Amino acid sequence: MAKRVLVIEDEPNIIEAISFILSRDGWTVHTHSDGETANERITATPPDLIILDVMLPGKSGFDILRDLRESPETTDLPVLMLTARGQTRDREMAERLGVTQFMTKPFSNAEVLESVRALVRD
Amino acid sequence: MARPTKNTFLERAGYRRRRMRDVARVLPVLIGILFCIPLLWDRNGELGTADALIYLFTVWLCALGISAGIARFLTTDRSDDR
Amino acid sequence: MVSFNLLLAVALAYVAFLFVIAFAAERSAEKGSGAWLRSPWIYTLSLSIYCTAWTFYGAVGYAARSGLEYLTIYLGPTVVMIGWWWVLRKLVRIGRSQRITSIADLVSSRFGKSTALGVMVTLMMVVAATPYLALQLQSVTLSFAVFADAAGDSWLSEDLTRSALWVALGLAVFTIIFGTRNLDANERHHGIVMAIAVEAVVKLCALVAVGVFVVWGVAGGFGPMIDLIDTSDIAQWQQSSGRWVGLTFLSGAAFLTLPRMFQVLVVENANEKNLITASWAFPLYLLTMSLFVVPIAVVGLKILPEGSNPDLFVLTIPLSQGLDGLAIFSFLGGFSSATSMVIVATIALATMISNHIVTPLWLSSKGPGAVVSGDIRQLVIGARRLSIAGVLLLGYIYFRLSGGGEALAAIGLISFAGVVQVLPAMIGGIFWRGATRWGAVAGITVGFVIWAWSLFLPSFGPDGILPQTVIDHGPFGIAALRPQALFGITEIDPLIHALMWSMLLNSVAFFFGSVLTFPQPLERLQGAQFVNIFEHSEGARAWTTSTAEAEDLLIMAQRILGSNEAQVLFQQEAQRQGKAGYLPEVTPEFVQNLERELAGSVGAATAHAMVGQFIQGASVSVEDLIAVADEAAQIMEYSNRLEQKSAEQERTARQLRDANEKLTQLSIQKDAFLSQISHELRTPMTSIRSFSEILREGGMSDEELSKYSGIIHDEAMRLTRLLDDLLDLSVLENGQVTLNMGQGNLKTVIDRAVSATAHSPTAITVKRRDGEETIPLYTDLDRLTQVFINLIANAGKYCDAKRPVLRIEPRKVAGEWVVDFIDNGAGITKENQQVIFEKFSRLSDHRKAGGAGLGLAICREIMTRLGGTITYLPGQGGAAFRVVLPPAVNPVLTR
Repeated sequence: MAKRVLVIEDEPNIIEAISFILSRDGWTVHTHSDGETANERITATPPDLIILDVMLPGKSGFDILRDLRESPETTDLPVLMLTARGQTRDREMAERLGVTQFMTKPFSNAEVLESVRALVRD
Repeated sequence: MARPTKNTFLERAGYRRRRMRDVARVLPVLIGILFCIPLLWDRNGELGTADALIYLFTVWLCALGISAGIARFLTTDRSDDR
Repeated sequence: MVSFNLLLAVALAYVAFLFVIAFAAERSAEKGSGAWLRSPWIYTLSLSIYCTAWTFYGAVGYAARSGLEYLTIYLGPTVVMIGWWWVLRKLVRIGRSQRITSIADLVSSRFGKSTALGVMVTLMMVVAATPYLALQLQSVTLSFAVFADAAGDSWLSEDLTRSALWVALGLAVFTIIFGTRNLDANERHHGIVMAIAVEAVVKLCALVAVGVFVVWGVAGGFGPMIDLIDTSDIAQWQQSSGRWVGLTFLSGAAFLTLPRMFQVLVVENANEKNLITASWAFPLYLLTMSLFVVPIAVVGLKILPEGSNPDLFVLTIPLSQGLDGLAIFSFLGGFSSATSMVIVATIALATMISNHIVTPLWLSSKGPGAVVSGDIRQLVIGARRLSIAGVLLLGYIYFRLSGGGEALAAIGLISFAGVVQVLPAMIGGIFWRGATRWGAVAGITVGFVIWAWSLFLPSFGPDGILPQTVIDHGPFGIAALRPQALFGITEIDPLIHALMWSMLLNSVAFFFGSVLTFPQPLERLQGAQFVNIFEHSEGARAWTTSTAEAEDLLIMAQRILGSNEAQVLFQQEAQRQGKAGYLPEVTPEFVQNLERELAGSVGAATAHAMVGQFIQGASVSVEDLIAVADEAAQIMEYSNRLEQKSAEQERTARQLRDANEKLTQLSIQKDAFLSQISHELRTPMTSIRSFSEILREGGMSDEELSKYSGIIHDEAMRLTRLLDDLLDLSVLENGQVTLNMGQGNLKTVIDRAVSATAHSPTAITVKRRDGEETIPLYTDLDRLTQVFINLIANAGKYCDAKRPVLRIEPRKVAGEWVVDFIDNGAGITKENQQVIFEKFSRLSDHRKAGGAGLGLAICREIMTRLGGTITYLPGQGGAAFRVVLPPAVNPVLTR
């Protein structure tokens, strides 16, 4: 059964790109573009991996990550953070909150694919 | 030497202004009394109605003359009123 | 012989002339070229409304009957004016700094902004003034009748009443037109003041002309005139000392307390210094007015037939000598005296009625919250207009009821005796801190009752209102209460009797009432402020805690003061506090100041009540203050002095704090800005990189190919736009921009902006004011258009109304042209109002906005470069932006 990836991102073109890359590689891709309802969505149907943006309408990616780590069901869920805010401070923040991997935009398609494959092991 | 002279002058001007203010205070009281003087005249004496009329208008004219004379020394403020 | 129609034509022409003068003065004041309207001479002439028709016609009759006693009516005001340093100086200062609108307002404001006192004084003044107004109507109609008589056409009483009605109607129209142009009673009524000044000159010249004619034309010179006086019946005058002194006091006191005199002396005073000139110029006017009174009376008694009415000698002497021109001139003088008094008295009374009776009643009937929902401005102006008509109607009714008979002749002094009942409360209030509300109420009530009982009611004649038996034997046979012989004092003139008892008992009641009661906190604070008006110009602290929102206060103030004035007031306060925009912090000082501004329009008590609706707990906290400090008033004085010093320090501290905050903010902002830019640039680049990698790998359908290259193209465009904006902003911020200045018209700029945005998917309905848009501009028209496009596009994107509408309204505010862009959406919350002009500040979902959030920041920079401003305008319903246009400098002149 195909592994499921949830992409939480609000830029439609970036969603389109990630979806294309991952589906071509055989992943089932779900997308969600609202920050506020993201945690509910994850708890309802937990994916195998989350690709998370930082600047989201309603609730920031950092807050979503913090809530994920605080809830026992999702505390070990792998999270790949993709953000256009590439400063060191943001990286440190993400690591402190328990991110699995942190990448800055723009990304290389190959690297994203590689990371996803590495993070979700059978 | 110029400075002390100037100070003296300012002092005198301020002093004059305060005394003019005293005039402004006393004047209404004074003319109030002067306006009543004809009441004391002997009705059967040699001073008649026309004299009373001339007297009153003269007092009146003098009062407003003085009032006009001191007007330029006065301001509505009381900044140096002491 | 003058035909009656000719006289009527002259009178109408004169009235038309006054209308023109008044309009011209209003126009000139509006244009700002009316400095001369505020000159001391105009002020002095406006005081001449003291000389009514009762003076113009009646003084001669008075002299014919009682010798020189008529002079007391002028000597009293002369003493008061020459003694301006004592009382008038203080009254004018208080009136101006507390923005007092009437004598009722003065008393009400001094005694804790008491509504009840305001109502009392107002009612009393209306009662006392109504007969006086009737007297003026009578004098005009009688003078008409003299001419009708002379033309051989005897007037019946219906003719008299009909002409009185027309005169009253005409006066009502004039007064409503020029007396209610602006709501703020403290603003000058330039048209009216000007008309009155002209009338003052006319009546003076007319009386002097008749006097000169009488002395040199009839008597034969100065010497023969003196002889004539000494041999006439007038020389037999026996002056009672009591009446001489009493009447001098009465006229002087009435000069201060008559509502119309208070109006011209204090309310219409444009500059305190005018008082200094008027202190001698007005006595000179009075002197000239009374100079020829005795000669006219003497000659009239000599040459006119026995039994002629001496009250009309001023008209009948010239007529009997065949000098029709002089008679008409004299008629105009009398007409001027009557009309100018009626106009000002009516305005003064109408202001009191609307501020102290109508508005408080309306407010209390609506309950809290009415201040925001109702339109008070219209209400107050309407009430004032109705009151003007009502007051004149009362005068006319009184004229009808009294039959216009002899009873009216004595009413002048009776009216004086009525209004001076306010004197103890007024003088006590401004000189004695211990005066209290209850003292004032007691004094005024006692004085008014005694006046009514011993003077006013008996004035209707035997069996008029009081039955003769009551006058002879007292009510219920109690001899001590006989109206004209209170407590058994019989051998005294009725007027002096009433004056003495009413003033004595009034003052006693006022004094002991004050001593025995304890003032409320607000009274004590107001008292300290009135009595020590020259020590502190700052207000006493009435509001100490505040829960009011600046925006609520602004909405209320706009309804009362008008939106421009209110906005300027709020903006100035914000600036003083070192804040930008229209919403200052609600400090106690600001509320105090605002209340005083409102008081200028609706009176102190009402303004206090209105502000009180927004600010809770104020009276409690003042009470607490007083409880803590027993001698609170003294402490207030100390602290006021300290405050003046510490206010300076506080300002400096605030500026330092702000500067420090700004520095830390700047550093944070710099980081945030970099992070923002990074985000805004990386986002489109992510899509571009990702899809170009996908395309490079190849192997897709034509459809996919065109879709993905389309995305790359769109994102590249987005990147370009962002870079353009950034570049634009950076150029603007560094001031390296070249402005392409040119001449143009606001209308064309708005046209261009509207058509540029009309085809966008988020276009909004624009409502414009075509007639008002033709404003010349000299600026960079393209840049201004860019600002307008941004504002219109923003309204289209963000306005959340069902049917979004944007109003574009050019108007003139404080001498500058501004354009307001107001939509009908939900507006912007107070927190967000402060950040919308910052870079990258998008308030909602940014995909909808389709930009990087630089639009308003660019707009602000452009306006700064152009020499104008753009600000958010709170309190307008929807989101509203105000663009202050740069001044249109004439390029020819500046070259």
